[in-house]
Amino acid sequence: MKRWLIALGVLVVGRFRRRPLLDEPERLVPSAAPDRRAENIVLLLFGAATLCGVAVPVIYAWDAIPNQTQFLGLAFGLAFAFLSAACIVIAKRLIVTEDIEEEYGLTHPEDEEALEQLVDESGDRFTRKRLLILAGAGAGTALGAALVTPAASLGPVFDTSTLYKTPWRRGVRLVDEAGHAFRADDIEEETFYTAYPEHAEREQMGAPIVVVRLKPAELRLPSARSGWAPEGILAYSKICTHAGCAIALYRKPTFAPVEPRPALVCPCHYSTFDVANGGEVLFGPAGRPLPQLPLLVDPAGQLRAAGNFSGAVGPSWWGVRRHGPRS
Amino acid sequence: MIRGVVRFIDERSGGAPFLRKALRYVFPDHWSFLLGEVALYSFVMLVLTGIYLTLFFKPSLASVHYHGEYLPLRGREMSEAYQSTVHISLNVKAGLLIRQTHHWAADVFVAAIIVHLLRIFFTGAFRKPRDLTYYIGLLMLVLALLEGYLGYSLVDDLLSGMGLAIGYSVLMSIPFVGANLAQLVWNGPFPGGNDFESRMYVVHVFVLPIVIATLIALHLTLVASRHHTQFLSRRANERKVVGMPTFPGYAPRSLGLAFAVAAVLFLMGGLIQINPIWQWGPYHIADATNGAQPDWYLGWLIGALRLVPNFDVTIGNYTLVPNAFWGGAGFPLFVFLVLFLWPSLERRVTGDYAFHNLLDRPRDAPWRTALGVALFTWIFLVFVAGAADRMFVLFGLSYEAQVWAFRVLVWVLPVVALFVTKRICEELLRGEVVEVRRKLVEAEPVV
Repeated sequence: MKRWLIALGVLVVGRFRRRPLLDEPERLVPSAAPDRRAENIVLLLFGAATLCGVAVPVIYAWDAIPNQTQFLGLAFGLAFAFLSAACIVIAKRLIVTEDIEEEYGLTHPEDEEALEQLVDESGDRFTRKRLLILAGAGAGTALGAALVTPAASLGPVFDTSTLYKTPWRRGVRLVDEAGHAFRADDIEEETFYTAYPEHAEREQMGAPIVVVRLKPAELRLPSARSGWAPEGILAYSKICTHAGCAIALYRKPTFAPVEPRPALVCPCHYSTFDVANGGEVLFGPAGRPLPQLPLLVDPAGQLRAAGNFSGAVGPSWWGVRRHGPRS
Repeated sequence: MIRGVVRFIDERSGGAPFLRKALRYVFPDHWSFLLGEVALYSFVMLVLTGIYLTLFFKPSLASVHYHGEYLPLRGREMSEAYQSTVHISLNVKAGLLIRQTHHWAADVFVAAIIVHLLRIFFTGAFRKPRDLTYYIGLLMLVLALLEGYLGYSLVDDLLSGMGLAIGYSVLMSIPFVGANLAQLVWNGPFPGGNDFESRMYVVHVFVLPIVIATLIALHLTLVASRHHTQFLSRRANERKVVGMPTFPGYAPRSLGLAFAVAAVLFLMGGLIQINPIWQWGPYHIADATNGAQPDWYLGWLIGALRLVPNFDVTIGNYTLVPNAFWGGAGFPLFVFLVLFLWPSLERRVTGDYAFHNLLDRPRDAPWRTALGVALFTWIFLVFVAGAADRMFVLFGLSYEAQVWAFRVLVWVLPVVALFVTKRICEELLRGEVVEVRRKLVEAEPVV
C-alpha cells in the first residue's frame, strides 16, 4: 500500500512537473525582446494615417476649401504614406526577421515517365495515328478559321477602294470652318487657311485642305500642273502622307537664312513639304509628296476645285500609288 | 479566435497544409526584387481607379455641344466621350484626382515593368527554369503598352485623335495586309465608324485587363512554383533558397510597399498635373498641335517614326512598304523579337542548358551584358530623338541638325557601348581575381 502511495505521489508530482513542458510546444517563430519605442512609433503612424483618412471626407464635403484635387490627393497620399511607414517599422522592429531555407524544386522524372506512358497506352488502340492526328488538326484549323469569320463583320476588310475617295471634284467651292466661301482676294501671303469642300462631310481624310498664296514668280510646279495655282494660290491636302496627322504648321519661311523655302510642316513627325514645288518632301519621314488640289477662280472671284488631288490622300499603304483619287 | 478561423477554412477547403507552406514560403531579399511588385501594385491601382472612371465616362462619338462651365470650350462641337471626360475632370468631385492618379499609375506601371525587365535581363534571371515566366512577362509588357495607348485614345481629345491617326497610319503601312486590317479595325477609313470608340472601350476596360490579370496570376504561380532566384551568398546556392518567410517577415514589408505605391500615385495624381484634356480641345481631323508628345512609353516609337529618312519602298508605281512601317511597326517588332528569342539564342550560343537558380551579376556574363547595353542604348537613343523638338524649344538646337545627328548616333553609340561595357565587365572580373590573390598572399604566414 505504502509503495502504491509513493508511486502515485511520484506520478502526480511528475505529471505536475511535466505539464508545463508539454504545454509549451517548440516555437515556430524565434522569440525576441519587446520594443516599446517601436510600438509607440507605429501607434503614432497609425494615428497620423487615421487623421489623413478622416481629412478626405472633410475636404470632400467642405466646399469652401479650394484646390480640392490637390488637398484630396495630399490626404490620400499621406494616409497611405503613414500606413506604409507603419508597416515598415513593424517589419523592421516589431517582428522577428528570420532567415529560413528551402530546397529549390526539382524535376519529377518518374511522374514525367508516367505521364508519357499514360498518353501512349491510352492511344494503343489507334492503328493509323498519324492520319488521325492530321485529320484532327485539319478539322481544328477549319474550325479556327470558322470561328474568326464573324470578325470580318467588324469592318470592310476587303474594300480598300474607299481609301481613294475624296469629296473634291471640279467645281466644288472652298469654304471655311463656318461654311463661308473663300474668295481669291481673301487669301493673303505668309499665312495659311484651312478649307473644306462645300456640302460635304468634313471628318474624312480627303476633306480638309490647306490654302496658301505665293508670288506667281516663286512657283516651281511641274509643267503638267501649270494653271493649278491661279494668282499663285495653292491648295494641298491637310493630311500628312506619312502618319495621317493634320498639317498645322506653315514655315513661310520663318527662318529665312537657314530654311529659305516656304513649306508646310506636320507637327507629329515634322515631315516638311515644299509648297512651291507641288508638295515634294523636303525633310522628315514622309515618303510621298503632299497631294495637291488644282484650283480655279470662278467669275464671282470665289475659289473652286478644278479637279481632284494629284495623288491619293492620307497615309500610305500597299499599292497607294496605283491610281489617283476618285470623287 | 485565430484557431477558429483556421479551423473554419481547413474544414471547408482542407487548405491548412497549403496555407502553412505558403506562410513559410521563402523570399530572398534584394531591393531589385521589388520592381515587379511595384508593377503589380500599380496594376491594382489602375483597376480600382479605372472602375471609378467607368462610372462616369461615356464611350460614344455622338456629337454634342459643350454647355458646361469651362468657358473656352462653350459651344464647341465635341464627342460625348470627350465631354464626359471634361466633366469628370472639372465637375465630378475627386474626379480629376482619380483620373490623374489613373494616368500616373499607367505611366508608373509600364516604367516598373521595364525596369523589372532590365533587372531580369542583366542578371540572367530569364534562364531555365524561368524562361516561361520571362515570356509571359514580355507579353504583359506588350499588352500594357497597348492598354495604355487605348486608354488615352478613348478620351477623344486633340492628342487622342492625333495618336489614333498615327496608329491607323502605322497599321495601314504593314505590307500587303495593312490597309485591310486598318479598314477592319476602324470599320472604314479613318476616323472610322462610330462603334470604333465602344470597341476600344470594351478592349480597354474588359478584355485587356482580364488578359493581363490572368497573365499576372500565371506569372506569379510560376515564380512561386520554381521559387525566387537569388544572388550567391555564403548560405545560398543552386539547390537551396535562403530568405525570410512570407509570414511574419515578408508580408508587412510587401504591404508597406503596396501602400507606398498607392501613396506616391495619389500624391502625383493630386499634385502633378497630367494630360489636362480640357486645354487640348476636342479632336477634329483637320486639327493638330505643335509640340505634342505621347505618354513616355511611346516615346521610342515617335522617335523612330521621326528618324526614318523619307522613302517608301516601291517598284515602279507600286508601293510595297510605306515609310511609317519602319518606325511604327518594324522597330518595335524587331525589339520584341530579340527579347523573346534571347533565352533560346543564349542557350544555343553558350551551350548552357542547365538549371540556374543563382543570378549572374552583370559582369559575370560580359557578352550578354554588353549586347544588352547595346540594345537598350539603341532604344534609348531613339527615345531621346523623339524629344528633339523639345530640345529645339529648350536649347535652340536646330531640329534638322539633331535628326541628322541622331540618324548617325543611333548606330554608332550602341557599338561603342557594346565594347566599353564588355571591357568594363572583364576588368571588374580581373580585378576580383587580383583581389583574391592578394588576400591569399596576405593570409600566408610570413616565415
